[in-house]
Amino acid sequence: MDIPYTVEARPDTGVYNAKLGIWLFLASEVMLFGALFSTYILLRTGAESWPHGRDLGLNVPLATLNTMVLIASSVTVVLSWASLRLNDLKKYRLYMGLTLLCALGFLVIKYFEYMEKFHHGHYPSFNTFFAIYFTLTGLHGLHVLGGIVVNGYLWGPGVKLWHRDPQRFTNRVEVAGLYWHFVDLVWIFLFPVLYLL
Amino acid sequence: MALVDEHAHPHVGHAEGHHEELGFWRKYVFSQDHKVIGIQYGITALLFLFFGFTLMMMMRWAIAFPGKPIPLVGGMFQEMGGVMPPEFYNQLGAMHGTIMVFLGIVPLAVGAFGNYLVPLQIGAPDMAFPKLNMASYWSYFVGGVLMLSSFWMPGGAAQSGWTSYPPLADIAPPGQTMWLIAMLCLIISSLLGSANFIVTIIQLRAPGLTWMRLPFFVWAQFVTSFLLLLAFPPLQAAAVLQFMDRVAHTSFFLPSGLVVSGQQLAVSGGGSPLLWQHLFWFLAHPEVYVLILPAFGIIAEVIANNTRKPLWGYRSLVYAVVFLGFMSFIVWAHHMFMTGMGTAMSTFFQTTTMIISIPSVIVLTALIISLWGASIRYTVPMLFALAFLPMFAIGGLTGLPLGLAPTDIHLHDTYYVIGHFHYVVAPGTIFAMFAGLYYWFPKVTGRKMNDLLGKIHFWLSLVFINGVFMPMFIQGLAGVSRRLYDGGASYSHAQPVLEWNVFMSVSAWLLAVAQVPFIINFFWSMFKGKRVGDNYWDATTLEWSATTSPPLAHGNFAEIPTVVRGPYDYSVPGAPRDFVPQHEKLQEA
Repeated sequence: MDIPYTVEARPDTGVYNAKLGIWLFLASEVMLFGALFSTYILLRTGAESWPHGRDLGLNVPLATLNTMVLIASSVTVVLSWASLRLNDLKKYRLYMGLTLLCALGFLVIKYFEYMEKFHHGHYPSFNTFFAIYFTLTGLHGLHVLGGIVVNGYLWGPGVKLWHRDPQRFTNRVEVAGLYWHFVDLVWIFLFPVLYLL
Repeated sequence: MALVDEHAHPHVGHAEGHHEELGFWRKYVFSQDHKVIGIQYGITALLFLFFGFTLMMMMRWAIAFPGKPIPLVGGMFQEMGGVMPPEFYNQLGAMHGTIMVFLGIVPLAVGAFGNYLVPLQIGAPDMAFPKLNMASYWSYFVGGVLMLSSFWMPGGAAQSGWTSYPPLADIAPPGQTMWLIAMLCLIISSLLGSANFIVTIIQLRAPGLTWMRLPFFVWAQFVTSFLLLLAFPPLQAAAVLQFMDRVAHTSFFLPSGLVVSGQQLAVSGGGSPLLWQHLFWFLAHPEVYVLILPAFGIIAEVIANNTRKPLWGYRSLVYAVVFLGFMSFIVWAHHMFMTGMGTAMSTFFQTTTMIISIPSVIVLTALIISLWGASIRYTVPMLFALAFLPMFAIGGLTGLPLGLAPTDIHLHDTYYVIGHFHYVVAPGTIFAMFAGLYYWFPKVTGRKMNDLLGKIHFWLSLVFINGVFMPMFIQGLAGVSRRLYDGGASYSHAQPVLEWNVFMSVSAWLLAVAQVPFIINFFWSMFKGKRVGDNYWDATTLEWSATTSPPLAHGNFAEIPTVVRGPYDYSVPGAPRDFVPQHEKLQEA
């Protein structure tokens, strides 16, 4: 017996299973990052003095560029889903490919930022600011990496499902897209908190 | 159990035309069937409960007979002449708490009972995400193995209490790092499981099964899943931070100028030990309700079935349990009255704590009133359910003085606290688990457990478990600290109540003996127990009335039932029998 509502939405709830599942997962992610942001606030308000990120050598222009890159990837991931809705697999591949490139670009830029810090001896143990900086951006980076794995699968071997069950594949891309927006959103909070404030 | 599962019933009336036979590994080990996963969770969790109990029995020796060589396992401490070293006692304490809570009761209450019963009670063919369900079990399994293996780390297992308070935990031996990694596995497991439960309950309810027709057990699991989903991530964050402190030498929880053994610690400082306590208790208070809500669910089912009448105040029960779940997120700092966090904070949290006691009392009251005027069947599950009520009441009421700051100042960190929460969790939740095991055993295996052995198990357990925990209130009120390796022998204020230590320890060992009839009964009944019909207890809910015992291996139901009534239609006037199953239409009279 097959499990109902894996593809089509349940009429009285209006969602299919995986869509509800990803929203619940994101709710728990909000609690995870919420706890870390609370940690930041508590450490900062409890400290005698708190440095500005840019005074410690955080690269604001590079981070701004990274913000742009992530926002762009959020746009392309929506376009890739929309292309599937329009039955255009070629365009899907193009937009999903762009999303992946943006995500990889983000990590490469982040890598150079990290290396710059390490070069100056700014490790997580340097002070509480760098401790929370590396923890937050590191965990966010892991989430980006996870997104790359999922989106990469959907861009590459996962496409097989499109030929068998296009609706289900479109759903998968939608769910992956929701996750990707969340990863983007976390960075939108991280950027001002760590680099600007 | 799984073996019996598959062979007892041929797949009669199977809805699906064909399905390929799964091999041994896919069927019993890496199974995606919620019933097999439920059994896997159940057996693993019972083993962990037994192991955690064993650790405690060793601790009780050190408490009752300090400085004397410990029998049976004394060979482990040859250089100490068979006497348990204090460091090892600390490991036992930390690991007893961790194992009982995270590896024993939660997996049993949610992983086993929830997994097996929720899809059956809501008329679903399986959980919404069977692969995630499997991943959840195996993540739990890996977490459990890592937790056990930490005993062999240099310096031994985690030894800073199950709460792992820094700065102590930050500078503890490497076993603590293993504790953190194992906890991450367990948190991932509970995240996968809880999201799966919520989606299953929202999406896969059978036609006609509206929210107010759900069995109370499903409601309890539903609220529990939200607690697991939303309360565990802050502990995950805290574990990541402590991991960073230990591995990357950050100072999230280490204040400036911390001196250890006369030496100032070479860390950057600036951190806050209180931060850990906030993050930890933000999880661990909801976690208390994770431990008790599934127990409420089981007790409600057993009571309704054995009183042969509807639960009193079903709607109040549902609203109470939802409110309880919500409130459990804003009471956490009542564990921290003694930390110097300030009187304003204490006032807020003692107020919310008093408010949260209201829905708990509503639940308990509704369950007690349900007994009123019933012709009760004193079956073994019902005995455990009846014992649960006063035991949980003792546990709950003794919590009130701890929830108020002025009284907590005296009682904090004494044996009174241990007595309080063990009354909630041991004769409370664990009795409910036993009620559930005896009650649903015929569903899982198609055979019933032996009544006589069950009754022996019940009465002995009831007597000895009170022997273990009741004197703790006496010791606690006298001010004996909960963390003493010698049970207070070296403290003058503990002397008048010291004699209770031997009494409690002997009770604990006898409690272990009292589990022997259960263990024999469990295995004997699995293979040799009396075969019973599909609906052995004459129950109304779908898991009993709409499918076989054990349920069909694939898809649970020959045909998904359509629900036409509430969950507890017992003794309906004019009905042909004293129970009307949820999916049964009554003929017009």
